[in-house]
Amino acid sequence: MQHDDVIWDLIGNDSFCSYKVKTKTQRFCRNEYNLTGLCNRSSCPLANSQYATVREEKGRCYLYMKVVERAAFPARMWEKVKLDRNYAKALEQIDENLMYWPQFIRHKCKQRLTKIAQYLIRIRKLTLKRQRKLVPLSRKVERREKRREEKALIAAQLENAIEKELLDRLKQGTYGDIYNFPIHAFNKAMEKQEEETESEEAEDEEEPVTREFVADDEFEESDLSDFEDMNNLKGSSDEEEDAEEESREEEESEEELEEEKTKAQSKGKAPLKGPIRKKRAYVEIEYEQETEPAQKSKAT
Amino acid sequence: DANIKVDKHNRNKTHTHTMVNLEKQFNFLNRVKPDEAPVQEMGQAEGEETEKKSVSGPCFPPTFSVSEIKNKQRRHAMFLKLKEEKRKQKLELKKKKKKERKALGDQAPPKEVPKTIENQRIYDETTVNPEDEEVAFDEGTDEFSAYFSRLTNPKVLITTSDRPRGRTVRFCEQLATVIPHAHVYYRRGLALKRVIPQCVSRGFTYVMVINEDRKVPNGLVLCHLPDGPTAHFKVSNVRLRKEMKRRGKDPTEHVPEVILNNFTTRLGHSIGRLFAALFPHDPQFVGRQVATFHNQRDFIFFRFHRYIFKNEKKVGIQELGPRFTLKLRSLQKGTFDSKFGEYEWVHKRHEMDSSRRKFHL
Repeated sequence: MQHDDVIWDLIGNDSFCSYKVKTKTQRFCRNEYNLTGLCNRSSCPLANSQYATVREEKGRCYLYMKVVERAAFPARMWEKVKLDRNYAKALEQIDENLMYWPQFIRHKCKQRLTKIAQYLIRIRKLTLKRQRKLVPLSRKVERREKRREEKALIAAQLENAIEKELLDRLKQGTYGDIYNFPIHAFNKAMEKQEEETESEEAEDEEEPVTREFVADDEFEESDLSDFEDMNNLKGSSDEEEDAEEESREEEESEEELEEEKTKAQSKGKAPLKGPIRKKRAYVEIEYEQETEPAQKSKAT
Repeated sequence: DANIKVDKHNRNKTHTHTMVNLEKQFNFLNRVKPDEAPVQEMGQAEGEETEKKSVSGPCFPPTFSVSEIKNKQRRHAMFLKLKEEKRKQKLELKKKKKKERKALGDQAPPKEVPKTIENQRIYDETTVNPEDEEVAFDEGTDEFSAYFSRLTNPKVLITTSDRPRGRTVRFCEQLATVIPHAHVYYRRGLALKRVIPQCVSRGFTYVMVINEDRKVPNGLVLCHLPDGPTAHFKVSNVRLRKEMKRRGKDPTEHVPEVILNNFTTRLGHSIGRLFAALFPHDPQFVGRQVATFHNQRDFIFFRFHRYIFKNEKKVGIQELGPRFTLKLRSLQKGTFDSKFGEYEWVHKRHEMDSSRRKFHL
């Protein structure tokens, strides 16, 4: 015989039931056939011999019913009725199947059906949208990658590489005339020219006085800096001429200074372009040091 | 008897074989007659050992192995001695070599180049030879040919994954200042496949999607638009502008120069061209800004600097702008289509990460 009250006494309020989950304020029922999910006298599927639920399987809703007549046959206890996909028709089906049942169960079944229908709609909507794919990271791999990256960074020596690349580009001339010191190339050009005109140097030594300043193709008289430099050079060369008579030791060096300056001037005119003219004085100083030894050997 | 006494001392249970060994070793080391009482042996052994430690390294018999000693303390001590020996030998060798070098002066053989991973890199058969005609032909007809023949100007769309957090947003903004003609748009849950045709219709040449995970950007999808290749990178070590030490002022609107370093293989070449096509053709040297993509061991380091030439042999660089590193995960022909796309290259961890000296870019 089915004694619901007895069963409820045994499992109900403060007793033990394996489906019961207790929290501070409430009791929940984990039984799959439970209609509301709470542990109550009226919601317990074990303590009610006449019970019904709505459950969902693979997107279809089913109505499960249990009556006292089948209490002795656990295998056939629950009657499963497939509900219509249409929400309104499903409600009618519930009404039809639970016609003379208690209001509580009917109401709760319909509520449950509503909730299920709503979440099924939501699932369908979400699957159409993009879904975030979670890719698991292997901790070992991540650590390994991190370490390799650090080592690669050290091996890369980025600043050096960038600087080298920039200097290479400067040398190749990708920057054109923006920067005022393509002196490296200029130096090389100058050295080449010196080798060519070594014979001319010897002649220059014999005639220090007569010098002609010939205008360059790009020479513009309006360029003041030019005149300044030329004046300086003339003045200095005159001074050197006077000083020649004074001492022999100084003579040679001064002659060489003169000649080099003239050489620098004469040679400097050929490859000169606008910005380099201003640097003329600077360039000449450099040359003094470089070409002295070569000169001396030729002179003697 | 002897055995038991040795046992007590060692506090180990050692079977007779090793016992014999032990005794042999001690005999060797200490030159004690085997006839003497074992306890005394031990005592003497201890004493002699300590003596030995203070004296220069012990002499080991040729069949001796440190790992055969069962006693942990003694084994450890022996091992340390062994290491000391080796270190000394190494130092002596070095000194000798240095002396020889000095003595030979100019005639010394050239210094040996130390082995680095770059030196030992496994030769990749797809390494591009600069004069390769086939490569030149390919590059003349691939998706970037339009850019490189100056038909199109780059226009970049930068966006993120859904709901970006502050760091990612700021990263996007800074990227937009670094890359000229770049526009940042919020994603708002749109599908990429729908975004792309819209971009094409509005004349964009690139779509950059920065993926975010746990409030930090960790992925980059770079899609060249008129049906160009799509590259998926892993992003790491993102440093925003305010986290940079000794940085300069904000980058100006000038078009920066581009430096691409170390892209040697065919794959590397195509990735390099992918990056190059992000920037407009003619850099404005007035701005003195340079964006660098440097490939080292398959990691691509991005840096943004301002340079100044102090003289013809020295240049000073100052870092502005964000920095990050990329690692290529996959390269797909055609625009973004993860399901049905045709992948030119996919990073397969078990095949490609097996050797420490094999790199693909």
